[in-house]
Amino acid sequence: MPRTVRDVVFVDGVRTPFGKAGPKGIYHETRADDLVVKAIRELLRRNPGLDPKKIDEVAIAATTQIGDQGLTLGRTAGILAGLPQSVPGYSIDRMCASALTAVTTAAGSVAFGAYDAVIAGGVEHMGRHPMGEGVDPNPRFVSDKLVDESALFMGMTAENLHDRYPTITKQRADEYAVRSQEKAAKAYANGKIQQDLVPISVRNTNAEVGETGWGLVTADEPMRPGTTLENLAGLKTPFRVHGRVTAGNAAGLNDGATASIIASEEFAREHDLPVRMRLVSYAFAGVEPEVMGYGPIPATEKALAKAGLSIEDINLFEINEAFAVQVLAFLEHYGIADDDARVNQYGGAIAYGHPLASSGVRLMTQLARQFEEQPEVRYGLTTMCVGFGMGATVIWENPHHKDAGGDK
Amino acid sequence: MSTTELLKGAAELFPDEVVTSAHVRHLDLPFNAGRFALITLDNGFDHTKPTTFGPASLANLNAAIDQVEKEAAAGEIIGVGVTGKPFIFAVGADLKGVELLKEHKDALAIGKGGHEVFKRLSALAVPTFAYYNGAAMGGGVEVGLHCSYRTVSASLPAFSLPEVFLGLVPGWGGCALLPNLIGADKAVSVIIENSLNQNKQLKGVQVYELGIADALFEGADFLEQSLIWTASVLKGEIVVDRPVIDRGEAWDQAVAKGRFIADSKVHGAAPAAYRALDIIAAAKNGDLQQGFDAEDKALADLIMGGELRAGIYAFNLVQKRGKRPAGAPDKSLARPVTKVGVVGAGLMASQLALLFLRRLEVPVVLTDIDQERVDKGVGYVHAEIDKLLGKGRINQDKANRLKALVSGVLDKAEGFSDADFIIEAVFEEIGVKQQVFAEVEAVAPAHAILATNTSSLSVTEMASKLKNPERVVGFHFFNPVAILPLLEIVRGEATDDAALATAFGVAKKLKKTAVLVKDAPAFVVNRILTRFMGEIQNVIDEGTPVAVAEKAVEPLGLPMSPLVLLELVGPAIGLHVSETLNRAFPDRFTVSPNLAAVVKAGKRGFYVYDSGKPELDPEVAALLRQGDVVLSEEQVRARVLDAVAQEIGLMLDEGVVAEAQDVDLCLITGAGWPFHLGGITPYLDREGVSQRVNGKPFLAPGVASVPA
Repeated sequence: MPRTVRDVVFVDGVRTPFGKAGPKGIYHETRADDLVVKAIRELLRRNPGLDPKKIDEVAIAATTQIGDQGLTLGRTAGILAGLPQSVPGYSIDRMCASALTAVTTAAGSVAFGAYDAVIAGGVEHMGRHPMGEGVDPNPRFVSDKLVDESALFMGMTAENLHDRYPTITKQRADEYAVRSQEKAAKAYANGKIQQDLVPISVRNTNAEVGETGWGLVTADEPMRPGTTLENLAGLKTPFRVHGRVTAGNAAGLNDGATASIIASEEFAREHDLPVRMRLVSYAFAGVEPEVMGYGPIPATEKALAKAGLSIEDINLFEINEAFAVQVLAFLEHYGIADDDARVNQYGGAIAYGHPLASSGVRLMTQLARQFEEQPEVRYGLTTMCVGFGMGATVIWENPHHKDAGGDK
Repeated sequence: MSTTELLKGAAELFPDEVVTSAHVRHLDLPFNAGRFALITLDNGFDHTKPTTFGPASLANLNAAIDQVEKEAAAGEIIGVGVTGKPFIFAVGADLKGVELLKEHKDALAIGKGGHEVFKRLSALAVPTFAYYNGAAMGGGVEVGLHCSYRTVSASLPAFSLPEVFLGLVPGWGGCALLPNLIGADKAVSVIIENSLNQNKQLKGVQVYELGIADALFEGADFLEQSLIWTASVLKGEIVVDRPVIDRGEAWDQAVAKGRFIADSKVHGAAPAAYRALDIIAAAKNGDLQQGFDAEDKALADLIMGGELRAGIYAFNLVQKRGKRPAGAPDKSLARPVTKVGVVGAGLMASQLALLFLRRLEVPVVLTDIDQERVDKGVGYVHAEIDKLLGKGRINQDKANRLKALVSGVLDKAEGFSDADFIIEAVFEEIGVKQQVFAEVEAVAPAHAILATNTSSLSVTEMASKLKNPERVVGFHFFNPVAILPLLEIVRGEATDDAALATAFGVAKKLKKTAVLVKDAPAFVVNRILTRFMGEIQNVIDEGTPVAVAEKAVEPLGLPMSPLVLLELVGPAIGLHVSETLNRAFPDRFTVSPNLAAVVKAGKRGFYVYDSGKPELDPEVAALLRQGDVVLSEEQVRARVLDAVAQEIGLMLDEGVVAEAQDVDLCLITGAGWPFHLGGITPYLDREGVSQRVNGKPFLAPGVASVPA
């Protein structure tokens, strides 16, 4: 049977506002599955051209797949969202790059012809499911010296990355963090972010936290607009004495969910669905687990090579800000300035937060908006570092570009 | 008196109130629409304890409104919403508080207190919104009616104004506001028709279709979508367009329809529906305050009247006593029932087989004396399953499962050798039943329960010839089996606790209201009904015209007249039961020669319906031999009620049931006697009949009456 690889497009993406994990967080009394269900429903409301019956798969990511993130979330979330029972679903996990992997896995199946349209997204309620909940690492990791002991502690891996790039100082990391907050505040002021947020009703029964009863979340909770270098200078470095990584130059512990529609371009055009980004290539790469923040570099190398592109062809970057140092290492590797205007134009996870398995789709949603505004840009990428030493990169083409779809 | 003082006074009368909080929380509406205050009604428990309003709860809501009123006046908020805790909006006034009220002025304060608080929601400087997220009843519905706009969840399972059902009127604005919102006709349906139709509940979609709610949203993100909708309304992007209400003749017709419904259901025997209709009629002029005042008055009068107390009594009987039967042994003694045998394959037996099959979902095997009967019984069950399938009540898989579970055999040994529960529904003749049980005992496992659906024979006698009489129990259903909830569970002299516990366990799975009854002739319902009918027959036989005798008992609000009931039961069966009871108690139970003549003539009833209305069948009229003592309706009623009061008194003395409450529970759930009268004993007490006949009331003051 002859096969044709089909073009895959990012149709639309939405997310819940992100919250701070913990008893004082906005989502403390909200279930994780409800977050992703509401994101899926909003996505369907926004895209009435997509007949729910025609959705071929629901791929939902979560790092800790137990409790309200368990029970094969892709399937249960589909039922809870009111999708027809005929629509299947599954769960997926690659820690921080889980939602990104949900997208690429779905996209691969679309390209192959197995699916026409897929819901791909992720959720992480780190308040209900703290990092490392229920894990049982094999003792051989340590006894056989397979990984350094610091590999399981993300903050320590970030300190290790500072060691690898001695020129990336705490000062540079803090400056980067301040800019992230500034850019995020500006993006909010200009309404760039809110357009893709799903309002979430939240209940609070604890008077010590704030007003009780039902409320509505319409904005990200973790943001700290107005953060200054002085604010950050005095913060503790919890992962190493006299270290460089602080709560201020890293993403926090967060709750949130994302969802996107991935489809074949043909299907999208046929059903009048928006074509916001066209998938060019994707790649994953492994690195030493104790410097997992290095992961985006080899992953990007691979993705560029597969696409036949070079880094100069990429004019918009959405890099997950798990840690400032990991973004800076990437930029330093490619000789890009710390404050390059093409990088994280709306700010990043340092401001918005990083609910692990959901973040990949946030990067894509933001890149898609930037593509819309900047038709002169042809290629962009989304990249993330992943625990246990991995990187993940997806390269996208801007369909609004005059040469889009043609040869490079 | 200020609202605060009013409610404080009322709260002192009700120290055990489960208090509902009214949490005020502020939020930013989507689309930068502005700052909004959302009030959440929440009693702090999960959905199994729904949110209610007592005086302290109303005071909390009042304080919340104080707060938002100031904020609205100061321009700090652009709107106010009200919603509930998960799955529950609010289910209205706390009935326990109502039961405690002893004085008219306190009752008036409750009505007025609710009004004073709720109506502030329509007088704020900003629009108000109710978000019916879950169950909403009575005062819960009414809180929302005072708001400017309402949304409802498509998942909402139950929405009603059940006051008339209980013996009240929707008295916190419901009677005045609802017809002015959706028109008198629909309001009468909700307030009168649904209430009197066994308290029928509306679903979310119907609440929207009736126009009570302005928007309908699915449950999954109901509150989010409601708030987004709110933002659009406040920004003027959505304009709510409600149909104009017909305030002309249609209004009067609706009220007339309501009176017709009330008459056909309660026959004037309960005042609540009529009071509600009076207020609806007056609401035609749109003067809400006048309506609210009328509600206060009606509420106070009804709270201080016996009918409401009887209604609450009935509600508690069905909801509480019906679920925890008095005298039932510890349920841990019950044996598992994994297969059911039914002796007989006639209509009753087939209906029982269907019920066991549907509720227990275990193999059910029917036996009878020839293959034709067995096939017919199984065929009936299959046909009923197909009907359920056709109506979409069950799917094909379930239909397949149920059909595979039912079977019929001629050989009892083959059918019953592994059955745990075997019920007989064969001919009502003690010798036949003893024979059947002997055969069953010979083949059934030692642990199997042997149940009889006898309506009038002695369970003890039936068991007496068995090796193990301790496992025989009476299991008396009421026709129609699928509809009437009552199951009289009869303890024979030898019946042991395990058999009884198993019977109660099965009853619960069958979703029946089980009442423990002593092995006495005709048990409870048939004994009272037969004495009642017997007395009607007596006065007819003595010379009172049939029509007068029938009309005399209308104030009891029975579901049908005595002779129509006799037709339903079948004159032959009625005669048979009266003969049985006549043998047991010849001094009180007579056998009517006229009834015997009607049965002998093969008549199925007293009436013909050729004209569309029941008229005495001329052939029956020709059979009747009446005396010359003509009584008035009052005289007939007195005789009948005296007889019933005497019989119940004797039954309690004999220990047929534990308490008068069980008699009422039986009559309500097994004979459809009126809920709003609390069955019969509250009525007999209130009318002074109990005192006259037995020298004392059946129930202590306060049980189903205003406390002393």
